[in-house]
Amino acid sequence: MLHPLVIDVSNLTKTYGGKTAVNGINLQVHKGEVFALLGPNGAGKTTTVEILEGYRGRDSGKVSVLGFDPNAKVSKLAERAWRDQIGIVLQTTMDALDLTVRETLTHFAKYYTNPKDSNAVIESVGLTEKVDEKVRTLSGGQRRRLDVALGIIGRPELLFLDEPTTGFDPEARRAFWELIRNLRDEGTSILLTTHYLDEAEALADRVAIINNGEILEVATPKTLGGRQNSKVEISWIENGEPRSSLSDTPTATVQELAARLGGEIAGLTVARPTLEDIYLKMIGENS
Amino acid sequence: MKQISTIKLGLARGTLEIKQFNRQRESVVFTILFPVILLFIFGSVFNDSIAPGVTFSQYFVAGMIASGLVNSGFQQLAISIPIERDLGTLKRLRGTPMPATAYFIGKGIQVLYSMFLQLTLLLFFGTIFFGLDLPTQPSKWFTFTWLIILGTASSTLLGIAFSVVPKSGRGASAVVSPVVIVLQFFSGVFFIFTTLPSWMQHFAAIFPLKWLTQGMRSVFLPDSFATQEAAKSWEINKIAIILIAWLIAGVFISLKTFKWTKE
Repeated sequence: MLHPLVIDVSNLTKTYGGKTAVNGINLQVHKGEVFALLGPNGAGKTTTVEILEGYRGRDSGKVSVLGFDPNAKVSKLAERAWRDQIGIVLQTTMDALDLTVRETLTHFAKYYTNPKDSNAVIESVGLTEKVDEKVRTLSGGQRRRLDVALGIIGRPELLFLDEPTTGFDPEARRAFWELIRNLRDEGTSILLTTHYLDEAEALADRVAIINNGEILEVATPKTLGGRQNSKVEISWIENGEPRSSLSDTPTATVQELAARLGGEIAGLTVARPTLEDIYLKMIGENS
Repeated sequence: MKQISTIKLGLARGTLEIKQFNRQRESVVFTILFPVILLFIFGSVFNDSIAPGVTFSQYFVAGMIASGLVNSGFQQLAISIPIERDLGTLKRLRGTPMPATAYFIGKGIQVLYSMFLQLTLLLFFGTIFFGLDLPTQPSKWFTFTWLIILGTASSTLLGIAFSVVPKSGRGASAVVSPVVIVLQFFSGVFFIFTTLPSWMQHFAAIFPLKWLTQGMRSVFLPDSFATQEAAKSWEINKIAIILIAWLIAGVFISLKTFKWTKE
C-alpha cells in the first residue's frame, strides 16, 4: 500500500499484575483504511485500542498514532492538537442524560477547531426526529448513534469505533454500515473492534485476529486463514436425502453431480467457509 | 493551527453544567433548600442572645452561608465527579481536545450559580425571620464578595481534588458527607466556636471552613462581636491568606491527581 500510516505499532506489550494482556503486537493501519480488530472477550482488543487512544500506558513497544505517541509526556497543547484530529466512540457510555441530542452535539462541536455541521451529523446518524429529545428518552440503539455522532463531530482524520453496533437491530446496523462507508469515502481512517464477523466483512479492508494478547493473522476478509483456497462445501438433495461433500475443485464436483443426476441438481448450494467459520477455527486452534 | 481558548471552553462547560443542574430537580431542591431548612430548625431551637445585640440565629446564618460554600462546592463535586467517572462521562471528555482546566472552570461556574441561589434564599429568610442585618458599609460587602469568590474557588478545587478518594460513585456520599459534617461541627457552624474544646478549635483552624465562617461573621455580625472571637479580632488578613493557600493547594492537587477513568 502506498498510503502513509495513521497507526504504527510495534512490539506493544502491556501486563496487569503479572497477567499479560497484550503480548508483542505489531499493527499498521494506512490512511483511508477501515481496519477491524477481531477477537474474543479478554483477547486484548480494548487494551490495545485504549493504549492507542491515550487512555492507558504501555510496558514496552513503539506506538505512533497520526505521528504522535499517545503516551509521550508532551505539552498539553500538542496533545490537544492531536486529540483534535481523532474521534473516539467508546463502549457503552451513559452520560448527558438531561440534555437534548442537539444540545449535546452542539456543545461537543465547540471542542474542535474544524467541526462538522451539527444538523448534518444528526441527519447522517438518523437522529433528526429525536433532535430535541432528552438523551434519557433514547433507545439503546439511538444512544449508540449519538455516541457515533459525538465521535465524528470533530471531523476526525482517524476514528476509533469500539463495538459500535452492539444492540442494533438489523436495519439500524445496515444504516450504520452505510454511514461508515460514507466516512471512509470522505477519507476518514477507521479502527473498528467488533464481535460481528459479518460487520467486519462488510466494512473492513483488512482484519486482524487477536487472541491471548497476540495477533494471529492480518489479512483481507476474503483471504483470512487461507479462506480463498479452503475447501468448499457443496450440498444437494438426492433421493430425498440431504447430501454434502467438501471439495477443492467445486466446479468439477458440480459438473460431475449434474452429469450423474441428469440436469438440475435439487437443493444445490456451494458455500465457502464464512469469515465466522474461519475465525472460530483460528481461535479454536490457538486456545 | 488555531487554538480554542480554554476560558471560552470553560464558559461553555459552565453553561452546560448549569443547564444540567437545573434539570435535576431533586438535586436543585436538596442543595438549595437544605441550608434553609437547617436555618429554620436551628434558628427556631436556639434563639438566645449570645452577646449584646447578637442572637445565636444570626451567628448561625453566617455559619450556614459559609457551609453553603463547602456544600455546593466540595461536597457536591466530591460526590458527583465519581458518579460522572462511573458513567463514562469523564472518559468521553478525556477523548476530546477539551482541557481539564476548562472542565474545572465549568464546575466552578456551576458551584457559583448554586451558591448564588442558596445565598439569596438564606439572606431572604435570615433577614425576615431570624433578625439577620444586611451590612450597610461597602467595605463589608467587599469582604463578602471576595469571601464568596475565594470560598467558591477553593471549595470547587478541593472538591475536585477529593473526588479521587471515593472508589465509586455509589459510595461517594458515604465517604464525603461525614467529612463535611464533622468539619461543620468543629468549625463553629452548629455551635459557637469559642465554646468548643481547644483541640477541636486547633484542628478546625487547619481547614478553610472555620475561616469562612469567621469571615462571614465579620460581614453579618456587629463589629463589637469581634472581641468575642478566639483571637479577639476578625483576623480578616489571616482569613484571606489561608483561603488563598488552600486555593493554590487545590489547583496543584487537582491538576496532579485528577482521574478521568477508574483505572
